[in-house]
Amino acid sequence: MIRFLLRRLLWFGLTLLCVVSVSFFLMRSVRGGPFDNERTLNPAIERNMQARYHLDWPQWKQFLQYIGPLNLAEDGAELVGGDGTDPFGGILTGDFGPSFKYRDFTVNDIIGQSLPISVSLGSIALLWALVLGLTAGIASALYRNSKTDVALRLAATTGIALPNFVIAGFLVILFVFLMPLLPVAGYGTPKHLILPGFALGAPFAAYIARLSRTGMLEVLSQDHIRTAHAKGLPSRLVLLRHAIKGGLLPVVSYLGPATAGILTGSLVIERIFAIPGTGSHFVNSALNRDYTLSMGVTILYTVLVYGLNTLVDLAYTFLDPRIKLEES
Amino acid sequence: MSQVTRERWDLGGTQMEELLSDVARFKGESLWQDAWRRLKANRASWYALVFLMIFGGISLLAPVLPLPSPTAIDLQIEPQPPVAPWQELGNDGFRREYWDLNALDESLVDLRQLIFGDWQLSNWMGTDAKGRDILSRIIWGSRTSILVAIAATLCSLLIGVSYGAVSGFFGGRIDNLMMRIVDVLYSIPFIFVVIFLITIVNEYRTELEDSWGVNREVVFYVVIGAIYWLTMARVVRGQVLSLRETEFVEAARVIGASSARIVFVHLVPNVLSIVIVYLTLTIPAVMLFEAFLSFLGLGIEPPKVSWGLLAVDGSEVINPVRIYWWLIVFPAAAMGATLLALNVLGDGLRDALDPKLRGKD
Repeated sequence: MIRFLLRRLLWFGLTLLCVVSVSFFLMRSVRGGPFDNERTLNPAIERNMQARYHLDWPQWKQFLQYIGPLNLAEDGAELVGGDGTDPFGGILTGDFGPSFKYRDFTVNDIIGQSLPISVSLGSIALLWALVLGLTAGIASALYRNSKTDVALRLAATTGIALPNFVIAGFLVILFVFLMPLLPVAGYGTPKHLILPGFALGAPFAAYIARLSRTGMLEVLSQDHIRTAHAKGLPSRLVLLRHAIKGGLLPVVSYLGPATAGILTGSLVIERIFAIPGTGSHFVNSALNRDYTLSMGVTILYTVLVYGLNTLVDLAYTFLDPRIKLEES
Repeated sequence: MSQVTRERWDLGGTQMEELLSDVARFKGESLWQDAWRRLKANRASWYALVFLMIFGGISLLAPVLPLPSPTAIDLQIEPQPPVAPWQELGNDGFRREYWDLNALDESLVDLRQLIFGDWQLSNWMGTDAKGRDILSRIIWGSRTSILVAIAATLCSLLIGVSYGAVSGFFGGRIDNLMMRIVDVLYSIPFIFVVIFLITIVNEYRTELEDSWGVNREVVFYVVIGAIYWLTMARVVRGQVLSLRETEFVEAARVIGASSARIVFVHLVPNVLSIVIVYLTLTIPAVMLFEAFLSFLGLGIEPPKVSWGLLAVDGSEVINPVRIYWWLIVFPAAAMGATLLALNVLGDGLRDALDPKLRGKD
């Protein structure tokens, strides 16, 4: 267990280094900088601004500065933090630096404000995807080849086939315009999260339904289920106590990718429903060449995806003792 | 023992011919014939296949069909509702306006004008806010979307199969290293790398086109393909890992075949069935991804049209004053039906080709 976690940590460091260096150099090798505007700045001002954020340094030096709490400036001048006074500590200290576009904010501020919103949206989507997907999948497996099963499978395949913004469009037409029950967009009350959560979770609900159906069917045909039936256990107990645990394994392993997918999907959903989450910052910061914000969001997502994948692998071993952690 | 065998097989000419004709009467069934039979037996998949072929045919022939131009703008205040075919079949308002078509498509449009003149179908599915015909845009858009899907999928196929096959064949330390790399790539949120790459490509598009002759779309295909190969590599590697211990590989090695030959001539054809299944599942994923990128404004660019763009157009006009349902329903239906068919076909193919199910019905 400890060895597994340590090894994971090692790979995590490697992955993160990969992500950070690739995106760092990619971004900086592109033409255009964070201070480009329609109005061209006075060259002297631009030089000053570049110097303020150390953008006039060679790239390797900027990179080292970005990573660690080093002070590489020859005159000892420290890179400014968000409010212009704190020194910038480097990402190893958990400081993502000042945002280049939102001058008065640090990247940490921006993430701190927007992440809770995205997390609440994402958890609602995941929760609802799990509840709906599992119910549909298990029902479909229990009533195999019945009309319910066929209808549920068709619904699931359609859910996988449609992009989430189309689903969102239908939902808005249905629940906002035809039946004015919910607000069309914005953020604030729990009501605002219902439609976006639903639209975001729908494809994943569909996929989970498919996975749990297959998993349940496989488990239901196994010997220990027959034994349980034979010794006279009520069907409900057979299902709850013996079948579900094994049948849901595929779903558990899908949770990692699903979370990654929900994070990605929220880029679109947040835009449609005007939700001020982290997703909107991603595309905008890349387009604006807001180097630090873009890096910050990328690192955040990498950490989230990696951490959740590790959690899923851990959960797996608890659910199925046959699986060993030592990946060979 | 050998004596007996020799006697039994020491047959005269006529007997031999009899035996051979007997053999000829029983036709063996290859994996592919068997799979084809199973696929035909599976009604849903068969319909899906027929639907896809018909739709593919229509989209291939789009320039010849009497469709209105997908880009001719007719500035109107608001989108025009659909006109049912029985109300008005067509009219003589064709305007020849397209984006830069290639030579083949140009001559196909010539052919269309030769056959139909200026006659065109009415707006059976309505028009968008700029007066462009939705039906025509859906069909022309399908060309773009299908092309993106196929090109990107082939790209992922090439990388994934070679990587997986090499990794599985060499095994041991090389395999371990290669698969670890895949693991690392898996945990990178690729979408973000793609967004970076595409913004970069946008920045250098003129240089790319002038000095390399590569247009943005090609880069687009390659970038998408380059992120969808991971699963393919894993699957192929797993298959090859078990195949490389089989006799025919040993035989090939004994004859002195090189590693490259064994991998690409002997092993790869044996994993084709599972690869095909993954292909049919990758194509829908790529189409969705194209839609996603188009939504973010990073995909196909107007005046060219793709399904992603159509879906974006549709979801943009949602407003409480008037609901232009045809702008969202028809593109969504076309996209949904195609992706549904691909998914069903993929499932059917998996059942048809799955060796575990072979010999059972």
